[in-house]
Amino acid sequence: MSRRAASILVWIALLAAAGWIVAHAHYTADLSAFLPARPSPAQRALVEELREGVASRLILIDIAGGEGAQRAQLSQDLATRLRANPAFMSVNNGRNVASEIDRRFIFTHRYLLSEQVTADHFTIAGLRSAIAESIDSLASPAGFLARDLLPTDPTGETLQVLGQLSPDTGPRSEYGVWVSANGSEALLVAQTRAAGGDTNGQEQAVGVIEAEFGRLRASIMPAATGIGLRVSGPGVFAVRARATIIREAIRLSVLSSLLIATLLMLVYRSVRTLALGLLPVVSGALAGAAAVALGFGVIHGVTLGFGVTLIGESVDYSIYLLIQARRGLEGNAAAAWISSFWPTVRLGLLTSLCGFASLLPSAFPGLAQLGLYSMAGLLAAAAVTRYVLPALLPEQWAARPLDSLGRGITRRIDRLQSYRQLLWLLPPLAVAVVYAHRGELWNRDLAALSPVSVADQQFDARLRSNLGAPDVSDLIVISAADPDAALHAAETVGARLSGLVQAGELAGFETPARYLPSLALQRQRRDALPTGDVLRTRLRAALAGLPLQATRLEPFIAAIEQARTDPLLDRSALAGTSLASGVDALLAQRGDRVVALVPLRAPATGSHPFAIDAAHVNAALGAALPGVSIAVLDLKHESDALYAAYQSAAIRLSLLGLGVIVTLLLLTLRSIARVVRVIAPLILAVFVVSAALIASRQALTILHLIGLLLIVAVGSNYALFFDRRIAPADAGERTTMLASLFVANLATVLGFGVLAFSTVPVLSALGMTVAPGAFAALLFSALMARPVAPHGVLS
Amino acid sequence: MNLHRRMLLRARGGRILMVFFCAGLIGSAAVPAPATDALDQLMTRLRQHQHGHVSFTEVHISNILDRPLTSSGELFYDAPDRLEKRTTRPKPERMVLENGQLSFERRHKEYRVALADFPQAAPYIEGIRATLAGDRPALERAFRLSFSNSGDQWTLSLIPLDAHVAAEVAAVRIDGLSDVIKTVTVQRVNGDRSITTLGAVLDP
Repeated sequence: MSRRAASILVWIALLAAAGWIVAHAHYTADLSAFLPARPSPAQRALVEELREGVASRLILIDIAGGEGAQRAQLSQDLATRLRANPAFMSVNNGRNVASEIDRRFIFTHRYLLSEQVTADHFTIAGLRSAIAESIDSLASPAGFLARDLLPTDPTGETLQVLGQLSPDTGPRSEYGVWVSANGSEALLVAQTRAAGGDTNGQEQAVGVIEAEFGRLRASIMPAATGIGLRVSGPGVFAVRARATIIREAIRLSVLSSLLIATLLMLVYRSVRTLALGLLPVVSGALAGAAAVALGFGVIHGVTLGFGVTLIGESVDYSIYLLIQARRGLEGNAAAAWISSFWPTVRLGLLTSLCGFASLLPSAFPGLAQLGLYSMAGLLAAAAVTRYVLPALLPEQWAARPLDSLGRGITRRIDRLQSYRQLLWLLPPLAVAVVYAHRGELWNRDLAALSPVSVADQQFDARLRSNLGAPDVSDLIVISAADPDAALHAAETVGARLSGLVQAGELAGFETPARYLPSLALQRQRRDALPTGDVLRTRLRAALAGLPLQATRLEPFIAAIEQARTDPLLDRSALAGTSLASGVDALLAQRGDRVVALVPLRAPATGSHPFAIDAAHVNAALGAALPGVSIAVLDLKHESDALYAAYQSAAIRLSLLGLGVIVTLLLLTLRSIARVVRVIAPLILAVFVVSAALIASRQALTILHLIGLLLIVAVGSNYALFFDRRIAPADAGERTTMLASLFVANLATVLGFGVLAFSTVPVLSALGMTVAPGAFAALLFSALMARPVAPHGVLS
Repeated sequence: MNLHRRMLLRARGGRILMVFFCAGLIGSAAVPAPATDALDQLMTRLRQHQHGHVSFTEVHISNILDRPLTSSGELFYDAPDRLEKRTTRPKPERMVLENGQLSFERRHKEYRVALADFPQAAPYIEGIRATLAGDRPALERAFRLSFSNSGDQWTLSLIPLDAHVAAEVAAVRIDGLSDVIKTVTVQRVNGDRSITTLGAVLDP
């Protein structure tokens, strides 16, 4: 077998393997790409919350249009259907969800569940005051239940438990269901069984909601028009983001492929050459995706979107070959190109690889994926250009001369070169712009990386504020060895927080112990119950002067006797009640620990409205509990801190990447002066692009920063060709070189430029940075290159 | 967690409260209108009132207690469907029916419940509202009506048609003078009874 056939066979085999891997890869698009791979304990809690916490499982539902009563009906029917669906742990629409089972359960276990149950409550004075209150309430608005309960529950424990379980605050409601502030929308909150990070599970849940709503709307009111449903929430965002990113990745790839193909068609004027020129691109894209799938197990949608940029850059190699290759003395154009140009292309490839390699150690999995994808992709594209394309080119093939294009570019460059002294003005100008905007350079919000559109984020924020802000941003995370220890710790935490609630530092808090008291507390309550005889004696004294005869309360005495021997409640005793979902939302097994969550609610008024002072909360929590870890987690603060850490890491990595590129150039070019001449235009391009971005009020994100690194990594490919030892001395060759660089640069600019129009912030940040940067890199390299001797002198 | 709501709503005694709660309509400007009979005439006159604000005294007689309970306060009505009962004695309490929903406070906590969650009571409440609004067709959907009058005095008796409601509430009796409701009496099947007497017209 000839070498030619061998290289083609190897290529096809590798391509098939890569294709198989990519076809079987897992894809995701949630925020996980932006979460640390090796988190600190606080970050771990943050990540767990974002991936599988209560907040991550919430789907907010909004029903708009039609009339209030219709919306309320739909809200109620939808809630009923969703509650029956195993995809949801709970659904709340403001309407009571207590079933007959709940009512019976609360009534039966009222003495274990009621916070009022203490020994004092059953003294003569305690009984008297509780019973007097129940009698008073018979005639009050809330007293209608008291009448029937009076003989068995004269101290009002059932109503007490119902009160404990009802939310302190809630959204506005009409017709018994939650509505938006202006009453024009019905609101529901569903909690999915699938974790927020489980995008497939979330997608299913969203699908169920939409399907059930569609069926209800059709069945209840066939003529109902204008009633619609919208959903929001972290899981919904993840589902939507995945769809958006994948759609955009496809759309942008197609668009940029078309643009680049059109450009190359104009240049090559040959379908076959065009097809050959695109082979390295396809190979690179497949190799990149396969490498990420192998290296990370899962491909993030953003990485795929990034693949678009690779089309623009990886096509460069074949452009050089297909434009620069002239038939040399040996007769084969490709072979001649390999011997004269390949070393320069290879060096450019190496500098690009160094740039991307600096992303690999990033703790930010999204960046590491970008790095690996690009490295594998570029390597594959260059290898295919070097080893496969020459084998596929016909023996007698030679590049179509682009002399007129080359001459046009040369003339313009030469003309511009006479103004090159003006370039010295750019660095101070750029520095001045950066200095003027120094306070607003960086976007410090992790949400800036979120693929969720601003409109969606605003809709979500509005729903949350209408729903009374169940946006969990501050919470206490309790980790203990078993559920009861966690519940006990949650009770201790609750007791310590109550002072803050009274002081107005907190509006309130939620705790799993609300639904299931710890065994110790239940035992304490059970032990507080007097014997029947003692109770009977005390009741006689307690009822003196009250309009109620002790003989009427025999059922009460029997109930207390029964409660004294009732078994204590655990999670399994709650089965079938809605208290169970209350516990499950806040108490979960995570690995070998049990985690209890105590979400805090910020006060709406006071010295710091809508904010919680974590230091105060920490101080209130006081001494540690043995065997239990308790941490106050400010999700917003943690995620901002996380983002700040990424940012400084990205700056460090970018500088490291620059350092590695410079070192590589020093080792290859063996001259500081030559390296400076190659690097200077690139640095200038970085300065100008950052100044332009900042001047146009783009708050810079990590992705802009990575884009700046890419300007150096990509731009070095062009800059190298202007090195005095590499640049051809011959005017004709220089013309061809300029033409090829121009075409290659245009392809890169198109690839990244298309990205700039993406609605995914991560992708558009990269596009708007690299596209102008790549062009500036080429332009500055050309202008700053040593001027060639005037025409005619050499000949 | 809204466990309390249905529980409270299912409470049978609730209906009595609803009557008391809803029973306050006082008119100022009665406009005579042609009517086919005395009840229609009354309905037409009741319908003229857009707002009402009166004091009330309520006596609650329960066979489980040795003596009656007394409470008092103010009632508000805005046509066609907003009712508010503000109890001032023995303890300040407030309850509102609006947009198909009841809200009330207990131990500094606000409770909100849908009228529709109270299926036996919904038609009953509707009856009171309908009386206040002078809506006879709505009344006749839920109750057997009997009406008697002598001069300006009249009595309207409502017997629930719905079996669930009838199992709890024997009858609601509304006594009035001209276009003003004077007392609302609710007789429960279990023997309990409550009598709400409406008093002075207060400022709107």
